[in-house]
Amino acid sequence: MEYVTPKSASEASQALSQEGAFALAGGTDLLVKLKTRFVSPSVVVDIKHIPNIMTIKQSAEGWWIGAATPCAEIVEHDSLSKNWPGVVEALSLIGSTQIQGRATLGGNLCNASPAADSIPALIAAGATCVISGQTKEREEPVEKIVTAPGMTTLGKGEFIIGFKLPIPKNRSGDAYLRLIPRSEMDIAVVGAGVSLSLSEDGKIEAIRVALGAIAPTQVLLSGLEDIFIGKEPNDDAIQKLVSLAEKACKPINDKRGTIEYRTKIAGVLAKRAFGIALKRANNY
Amino acid sequence: MNDMTQSNLERALKIVGTRPARPDGVDKVTGRALFGSDKSLPNMLVGRVLRSPYAHAKIISIDTSKAEALNGVKAVITCADFEDFPSEFVPNGEMVVNLKDITRNIMAREKALYVGHTVAAVAATSDEIAEKALGLIDIKYEVLPHVLEVEDAERPDAPLLHEDMITIGVEPAPKKASNVAKRVEFGFGDVEKGFAEADLIVEREFTTQQVHQGYIEPHACLASVSEDGQADLWCTTQGAFVVRNFCSKLLGLSAAQIRVTASEIGGGFGGKTVVYLEPLALALSRKSCRPVKMDMSRAEVFTSSGPTSGAKIWVKIGVKNDGRITAGDCVLKYQAGAFQGAPVGPGAMCAFAPYDLENVRAVGYDIVVNRPKVAAYRAPGGPISEYGVESVLDEIAIKLKIDPIEIRLKNAAKEGTIAPYGPKLGPIGMIETLEAAKAHPHYSAPLGPNQGRGVASGFWFNIGGETSSSITINEDGTVGLTLGTTDIGGSRASMAMMASEELGVPMDLIKPVIGDTNSLGFNFLTGGSRATFSTGMTVVRSTREAIEELRKRAALLWEVDLDQVEWVDGHARLIAGDEPKTMSLAQIAKQAGKTGGPIMANCSMNVTGAGPSLGTHIVDVEVDTETGKVSIVRYTAIQDAGKAIHPAYVEGQMQGGAVQGIGWALNEEYIYNDKGQLENAGFLDYRIPVCSDVPMIDTVIVEVPNPNHPYGVRGVGETPIIPPLAAISNAVSRATNIRFNELPLSPPKVLARLMHG
Amino acid sequence: MSKTQVATCINGDTHEFLCDTHQTLLDVLRHELDLTGSKEGCATGDCGACSVMLDDRLVCACLVLGVEVDGKEIETIEGMSSGSGLHAIQQKFIDLAALQCGICTPGVLVATKALLTKNKNPSEEEVRFWLAGNLCRCTGYDKIVRAVLEVAADMRNA
Repeated sequence: MEYVTPKSASEASQALSQEGAFALAGGTDLLVKLKTRFVSPSVVVDIKHIPNIMTIKQSAEGWWIGAATPCAEIVEHDSLSKNWPGVVEALSLIGSTQIQGRATLGGNLCNASPAADSIPALIAAGATCVISGQTKEREEPVEKIVTAPGMTTLGKGEFIIGFKLPIPKNRSGDAYLRLIPRSEMDIAVVGAGVSLSLSEDGKIEAIRVALGAIAPTQVLLSGLEDIFIGKEPNDDAIQKLVSLAEKACKPINDKRGTIEYRTKIAGVLAKRAFGIALKRANNY
Repeated sequence: MNDMTQSNLERALKIVGTRPARPDGVDKVTGRALFGSDKSLPNMLVGRVLRSPYAHAKIISIDTSKAEALNGVKAVITCADFEDFPSEFVPNGEMVVNLKDITRNIMAREKALYVGHTVAAVAATSDEIAEKALGLIDIKYEVLPHVLEVEDAERPDAPLLHEDMITIGVEPAPKKASNVAKRVEFGFGDVEKGFAEADLIVEREFTTQQVHQGYIEPHACLASVSEDGQADLWCTTQGAFVVRNFCSKLLGLSAAQIRVTASEIGGGFGGKTVVYLEPLALALSRKSCRPVKMDMSRAEVFTSSGPTSGAKIWVKIGVKNDGRITAGDCVLKYQAGAFQGAPVGPGAMCAFAPYDLENVRAVGYDIVVNRPKVAAYRAPGGPISEYGVESVLDEIAIKLKIDPIEIRLKNAAKEGTIAPYGPKLGPIGMIETLEAAKAHPHYSAPLGPNQGRGVASGFWFNIGGETSSSITINEDGTVGLTLGTTDIGGSRASMAMMASEELGVPMDLIKPVIGDTNSLGFNFLTGGSRATFSTGMTVVRSTREAIEELRKRAALLWEVDLDQVEWVDGHARLIAGDEPKTMSLAQIAKQAGKTGGPIMANCSMNVTGAGPSLGTHIVDVEVDTETGKVSIVRYTAIQDAGKAIHPAYVEGQMQGGAVQGIGWALNEEYIYNDKGQLENAGFLDYRIPVCSDVPMIDTVIVEVPNPNHPYGVRGVGETPIIPPLAAISNAVSRATNIRFNELPLSPPKVLARLMHG
Repeated sequence: MSKTQVATCINGDTHEFLCDTHQTLLDVLRHELDLTGSKEGCATGDCGACSVMLDDRLVCACLVLGVEVDGKEIETIEGMSSGSGLHAIQQKFIDLAALQCGICTPGVLVATKALLTKNKNPSEEEVRFWLAGNLCRCTGYDKIVRAVLEVAADMRNA
């Protein structure tokens, strides 16, 4: 196994286009796969030495979060946490303090687990990711990346260099909740991210809800407009959200949960995350 | 002088009962302490194990030639490298083992009996080469149908793990082989008559899942066998002498040929009482004439060491309207894993043991299934059977509108009670722990919404056994203790404390070490909550002998009769005489050379008289009724320790046991797929409790002295894992008004009951 | 297979070693440098027994490649006590019996020091969640949490 540390995005793309090349960011998934011989790379491309890939920046257009920034560093970023508390909560839930010291958003997305904690929150927040490739850079909504467990739309030599989030409008809020059997250190049985904004008179102007671990990929709920947009949220609308969430579920029975359980929990968490996001929007 | 029933409880104690720093503390907080895999030797090889991918398969052939030919491979072993043994049962702590089975468990012979069963092992110059060599071993299997659950294994058409196994304990003996290894029965009186007298009878079935001890340190060892057959073995174990005896038998070496040194041990809880890697490393080292180091991965620990049984149990209890039990009956069916030896005997013995009953019966079945062979796990068998009994008792209390502590007090075992397993109990603390629970502020604290409070008690026997230790008085007045039982949670501290108390010298002058198998006579392992009790007994006895010798030396120096010298506060003192005359231990030690040579004493005995320890736990849970998730809100553990030598480590045992019980009750379980593969062989999905899962565990140490120990010690390690299972289940049942009878109470299971009743 | 040369600073001392690319930092510490204080309980980042500081971040050494640490600073349990004696955290763990078998202790101590560097006055809940990645099977965590809270108070008042 070769190990390389490209200093530029193009160098990295070139290295990653080799047969059997794997990108290494925080390594919290890759090293486990190496240990268990799940993968046997010919070359590991450590992308952490590329400019901007480990930085957090705010500009007029919005936020830049470098794809290889450790979660711990993002969590410590106060103004980002104030803008996107749900996104930051979601990524703060990935693993232990020790894992937080290494785990990255780019890695969480590219590992493409249906249960990844950051992805539903990023999708709900309307985040995009910037993908670096051999010839060009492209930007895609986060929901366009994962196609199946472990599979992404990234082409040969492509990797994610960073994420973009807008500056939230006034009266916006987001939230992410997950269900795990313990209080920490588990993989989400279900995850739910909600992002919404309110008009001055308290009506919902925009809402996005994304669910995790209930289907082969994260699911961005459709059909929310009719229920919420231009209206003040009420119990009836929330009940409809619960049904939509439950209907969106195409889960599996596995060691972490049953179909029945995941379906039921998807509704419960969507409802609870909605409540938190709404409260935040009212106070933002 | 050496009357072990001589009580020290009357005199004021200076050291015993305090909380000094443990002697091994600094090494353990600095990273200096050497655990199983922390040691290396020059020219060392790495040993690796090839494991069965099948739950049940006949081994048709094994071809190791390609692996042996690989450059860097120095030895390959299979069952052909081990002698076979006839079936012979030998006691091993609270369990019984059979060499015929053990040799097959460390290395499969005719069949592989579980996924992860060892089929071959290699030693090579690097981990990579060893791993490559494993891939070159060609094994032809004939895959057989497998069976994982006791109810399937019992069926007449079930696949048989051992085609010649006839159930023991059934009269007349069955003609046909089955997966039921053994039937046991304990009890007395007439349960049918008792039930006829009852005003209320409750009977329930319960299910518990297989769980693992979950020690953080994987099994590891380092073996070195020289060309003349002398073997040195370093390993993480609860009993170096037991390892030596197993290995000498399995490898055909004499006891004198193997010296076993126990490393610091990173947790055991019963799981490090048998051998897995040790005989393999010795065999590989013998074959290669080089040191061989082996360790298990975490996944191997889960698939291939010795978890405890999952079980199906049935409990029936009859009571009068005032709560007095008229009869108790239970049937326990425990998974043994691939070879017989489920802890169903002790499970049956202690099921009803907290109570004073007239009519009681407990029947147990030891049933083999295609899972790893179970090993001891903290109070082996007890948590399962007592979970059933304590749950039914709680349901009865609710039905009769009696407080759960009151119904236990009404039936509590006490001094003179005949235990369901036969003997008449000495002084025990069941009533005392219940009274302490009742008086504890926790018991009367208000509960919030969706919260419930559960109570349960637990009984464990504790054991003594073969033990030896020695004491040396150094010429500078310091003291060495050599102990033969692995220190798994602070026993070096309690031994030094007892020696310090006896001698009257400060504890920091006493250096306790754990000896290797050449430094002492045989010591049975650390298990059965025996270390502080048994090794403590030998320490007290040998220390008293050393004191006797110190008095003799003083008498010699003073030229008086021995009876003119007494021992007070670390000094010899002349009883008669015009003026008071004393000589310190250090002064006597300094002159030992001219009064007869070095002063030392040792004691070896087969310790008897262990005192059962009873505990009562109170737990408050909160149930999230939308998700089924149970949180532990408050926890109090109360236990009779007899006498707490070092109360902080007694509390630590109670807290650690309680949290292991919490894990067992809430989330831990072996999850198998239909191929018999373990799906959650890692800490991620096995889910032992993490720091944020639990509250502070309050403790109350009750002290009802064990009259058979000079300080009243009972042993505390095991009892605290028993009450949590039922206490938590009872609390969840009370919070939800639904009676739960299945563990673990994981969120999907709880929500399913909340949704469907 | 050729090895990569790595230069790093461990507990204040420079170390140069040769490392296979697949070796983890934990492998290097334990097998190449004989720093066996960091323990391997799982090798998958689930137990925290190998907790070390990497450029002032708490990480699991089993989830870092040895070749990644070139030019970086590492602190392990072996560097916690100074020449003048135990660190206050180490002493507190001994005083309050916050260890039993001791296998998780090095990782817990390294993680605790990282917490108290960042947060001088953590609540019980903050301590519990910070240490959630450090599995302990002996203590039930009670005495560990008490020791952390108590030493934090001592260090604030020092």
